[in-house]
Amino acid sequence: MTAQEVRLCGLLLQEHFGNVVEKVGTHLIRSGVLTLRALAHETKLPLDLVKKSLCVLVQHGMCTFGAGRRGPAGPVEYRINCEHIFHMLRYPRYIYTAKSLYGDTGELIVEEILQRGQMTMSSTVKTVADRLTHNMPEGQSMDYSEVVSAFSQLVETHFLQRCPPLASAGSSSSGAVDTPLPVATQPTEPESNPDCYKLPYINLTGQGKRRRSSEGGEAEQRAAKKARTDNSECGDDGIYWQVNFQRFHLHFRDQAIISAVSCKLDQTSSEIVRTMLRMSEVTTPAHAAFTQALSANEIFRALQSSYNIARPNLDQYLSLLVDDPMEFVGKTGDSGGGMYVVNLHRALANLARATLESVVQERFGSRSARIFRLLLRKRHLEQKQVEDFAMIPAKEAKDMLYTLLSENLVQLQEIPKTPDYAPSRTFYLYTVNQLPTARLLLQHCYKTVCNLIERRLYETKENKRLLEKSQRIEAILASLQATGAEAAQLTEVEEMITVPERQQLESLRHHINKSCTNQLLSKHESVT
Amino acid sequence: MAGSRGRGRSQFTFNVDALGFGRGDSLPTSAQTPSPLFPPMQFRPVPLQTGEEVDYMLALKQELRASSKNLPFHIKAARTKTDVARYSDKYQNGELKNNCIEWSPDWSRMPKELCIKVRKPRKTAIGAKPQLKQKPKVAAKKEEVLQKLETLEKREEEQHSEEEEDEEKKKQNDEEEGPDADEDYDEEEIEDVRKKNHYNLIDNILQSLWCRHLRISFFLRFFQTQKEMSYVKKNIFFCVPQSKESHMV
Repeated sequence: MTAQEVRLCGLLLQEHFGNVVEKVGTHLIRSGVLTLRALAHETKLPLDLVKKSLCVLVQHGMCTFGAGRRGPAGPVEYRINCEHIFHMLRYPRYIYTAKSLYGDTGELIVEEILQRGQMTMSSTVKTVADRLTHNMPEGQSMDYSEVVSAFSQLVETHFLQRCPPLASAGSSSSGAVDTPLPVATQPTEPESNPDCYKLPYINLTGQGKRRRSSEGGEAEQRAAKKARTDNSECGDDGIYWQVNFQRFHLHFRDQAIISAVSCKLDQTSSEIVRTMLRMSEVTTPAHAAFTQALSANEIFRALQSSYNIARPNLDQYLSLLVDDPMEFVGKTGDSGGGMYVVNLHRALANLARATLESVVQERFGSRSARIFRLLLRKRHLEQKQVEDFAMIPAKEAKDMLYTLLSENLVQLQEIPKTPDYAPSRTFYLYTVNQLPTARLLLQHCYKTVCNLIERRLYETKENKRLLEKSQRIEAILASLQATGAEAAQLTEVEEMITVPERQQLESLRHHINKSCTNQLLSKHESVT
Repeated sequence: MAGSRGRGRSQFTFNVDALGFGRGDSLPTSAQTPSPLFPPMQFRPVPLQTGEEVDYMLALKQELRASSKNLPFHIKAARTKTDVARYSDKYQNGELKNNCIEWSPDWSRMPKELCIKVRKPRKTAIGAKPQLKQKPKVAAKKEEVLQKLETLEKREEEQHSEEEEDEEKKKQNDEEEGPDADEDYDEEEIEDVRKKNHYNLIDNILQSLWCRHLRISFFLRFFQTQKEMSYVKKNIFFCVPQSKESHMV
């Protein structure tokens, strides 16, 4: 874990779960694996608070526990899964994806499960139905069956998966036979559970209940108690569902490839690639280098008729895609009109390279970008050769090279002629290593996100008074509008004039935060 | 390598001019201070992404952040009690306890050691309705207590039996679940230091001391725990005036 990653994890935990969980979490990240007692002792927090924080972290899947070094007889050890914490940055994107694919119902299901960590199917269905009913006009209510169907769709396309059973209970489910004990270092993968995507049978009929604010607290308590007793009757006790982040990431990867193709070539080619990817969605394993081979005939059949692509045109498009230097699509055979695959890894590597080039271009100018691209293609070049190939005057080329070198985007490789590295008898070659440079930029992104979050917190604190004042003014305005007063509104709006400029600042900060997380996401995807 | 000492000794593999300085010149000055924290940017940054998607996700993010504060997963440390117990503590029902968990996870999926044994909080403030019903009960209980004290007074010299202790304890427990009967008493000093309902009975007894002039040591035998005894000893000065009777110690 790099320092920036640890800092980012801390800030994210603090944002969502408070200071206590942040302290516990960052300490656990720094120390690696700890037992409960050691953790409580080192963080100097009361034991109960530590227990609560660990419960929260385990519930959300960010912390795993297992038998420690002393075996099952010894105390339980906990470790944090940092990747999971970074996923918190992308929650809005997951929810938006679910919305675009499965509508409001799917969006609410994913949102509920993300916020709660793990949930049973019945409780999810009930909560979502209630929420939907709440937003519907009076008299209508959402039927449970619709929510159940949306849920099953999400499970079928693997966006939701069952939480893996506890290692101690189901040691037979973990694949490896040589490990006699379920060690904390190898948590059971959810995919190894054969029932991972099997929907449980639940008898759940009814409709969402509208929560009336006029009813007293007693009625709500009664309803809550009834809900709790109903849970056990639904027949899916103990089966918890969680969001399958990997599937969402694959979806984002596909989207990135499709948008890249549409930018580079044209809309039709991107539709062809989209069809190819959709056909091999569920059959391609997660880290495959390329999709399954698809014949041109299959692609033609699977293409939607709305695109109106004739068969010869399809062949032309496919050959164009194959010849493209970005190598999105490759041809692996000639049967069935030609067997085509989408080169996932190569496409992602090229996308990452394009991202790097654009970053250099935006930060240092187009000439530095030219030098950078040159070095990417030609691998190792001397300074003289760089000037010649890039067609840039010597002095400027030297300046730019040294700037890039100081930013660590370009490395210097020394090739000695003699065993003593005498400068007069050593070759100095400039080179760019793509993967380490990409990782470096990723760390920069993490740092940027940290800085932005801290800046946002600072701005919120500074303008807290103004924000509260604006909230109060809004409330007053709302009540006034109900009574229909005019003059008072004007004066209040005048009072607010200093507030909007602050609010603009705030929204700008939020915007920046968002944009950076998206950028971060795309880079992360390409790098990993 | 000895032979090549004379030939090509000072030839560099690269063009020396490219370095930026000549043969005999001094090296460029080294940096005296660290590079500035916010160096001036050569180019303006790329404008932010805008669009319907981005706006929607922004709104979602803000909503998520706000709602996560209200979820039970957001853990706030309980405020440490200040030295002085305030009158308002009784009425502030937002007090957080460290030892209770606001949501119920599935304990079969969590390690056993994380389960917190929750102590049932004793109800301090109850609504008006139950209090009306309880008031005559409380009055009756008070009468009982005073009666009890009278009988005990008569048996001052005798050793108290186990049964009396049990009865006393049971009455204490009964009294605990009764409502806060502070309003019946007009001694403000007692109310200021009273922290728990449990001590109502003790205060009853102490008040009766004021009327009954009984020996405090006699009553200390009834109080089992160290805490109760120290409480009584502390508060005896509040509710009992200094009197000349020697058997008030």
